[in-house]
Amino acid sequence: MNAKIDIALTLNGEAVTGRAEPRMLASDFIRDVLLMTGTHVGCEQGVCGACTIRFNGVVARSCLLFAAQLDGAVVETVESLAAPQDLNDIQKAFRKHHALQCGFCTPGFLMTVSEILQTLPLSTDHEIRDALSGNLCRCTGYEHIVRAVRDLVNQRDGVQA
Amino acid sequence: MKPSPFEYCQPKTIEEAFAALNHEDAKIIAGGQSLVPMMNFRLVQPGRLVDINSLPGLGEIVLDGGTIRIGSLVRHAEAARHDLMRNHLPIIAEAMAHVAHVAIRNRGTIGGSLVHADPSAEWPLLVTLLDGQIEIAGPEGLRHAAPEEFFVAPLVTTIEDDEILVAVRLPILSPGTGMAFTEIAQRAGDFAVVAAAATVLMDRGVIAEVRLALGGAGDVPVRLFEVEAALAGQRPEAIDSITPGCADGLEPNEDMHATAEYRRSLIPVLARRALEAAVLRAGATR
Repeated sequence: MNAKIDIALTLNGEAVTGRAEPRMLASDFIRDVLLMTGTHVGCEQGVCGACTIRFNGVVARSCLLFAAQLDGAVVETVESLAAPQDLNDIQKAFRKHHALQCGFCTPGFLMTVSEILQTLPLSTDHEIRDALSGNLCRCTGYEHIVRAVRDLVNQRDGVQA
Repeated sequence: MKPSPFEYCQPKTIEEAFAALNHEDAKIIAGGQSLVPMMNFRLVQPGRLVDINSLPGLGEIVLDGGTIRIGSLVRHAEAARHDLMRNHLPIIAEAMAHVAHVAIRNRGTIGGSLVHADPSAEWPLLVTLLDGQIEIAGPEGLRHAAPEEFFVAPLVTTIEDDEILVAVRLPILSPGTGMAFTEIAQRAGDFAVVAAAATVLMDRGVIAEVRLALGGAGDVPVRLFEVEAALAGQRPEAIDSITPGCADGLEPNEDMHATAEYRRSLIPVLARRALEAAVLRAGATR
């Protein structure tokens, strides 16, 4: 029951392997075994969204997945978005609009935004807030995050702000 | 906030799954969006977790005669955007917008929502509203259950420990049927305090066929057959005079989210909103 099992997956485009007990959460596996610490662990009950990753192409809570379920999967974490010295458009928009203060929730927000920009119209601020409602931020009051996403939507849709 | 130890199985066929479930303390995991939080809190401590995500054929939505068959591993987000659902049952997408958040909708499954049987959840209400049939596979074969025989109490269904919910069948309604889903929750994505869903078919200005169901109004989702009977044959204006009695005979639960009295006060309001929206969406030409 406590015996570790082998897990092989594609993480941020690279084939990686690790071993974990069945009960190990994917969030802990990504941080503590695969040593990708950009994914943050907040509530461990699927509420806060800090641990959001892409699992087989769509965003998911890594605290609600087991490491064992990552075997054979394609996983992307916040580290997949860009190198630290070469921010991508989402990260640039967050910096420009002060969409973070302490930064703890930011990896989860960035991953969520990377999906919703591709899948949703986000034509109103209400829709942006609804799409972000699964990620909690205790610093910003969300207003600046909404502004960053609005800017990204305008860039996407070719709208002059 | 870590689960207790368990043995992990990932069956590749339904026979392997039944074999894996033949264990005193086995639990099925599908999307895990309700189960894993409960495991992390150690409210649930299965000795063996049987991961059914690799079973073939459970992730499809197909047209089968007059019904749409939705595999139990279909995710909420997949159901919401599927063409068959959008064309025949637009109420599904409307309801899915209330299910938690983007990441949860990507992972949570229809089968999981049904077997979890939260009395405020969207899928149990939708299946109750639409007279869906729940398909359950067991070592002895396949059986079908109507929602009123499936849902027993909050988080309790008639599914056995060695059975797997494999699909739900929803009927295609008459052309021109209007449908609507509405709910009140404390925050976007929270479980509904009360939810209401309705379908209405109009004929020459009167309500010809109507269904009305509620979530959060008792231990299990309820169909309001008496209200439906009272509305049939009436003009839509009758909704105003009939819905105030919608809570009669119902016993909503009291919990940390709402008092029974508050739920009781929401029932007529949400029933009226769902019915009125369904009338507006019903084919106007008939």
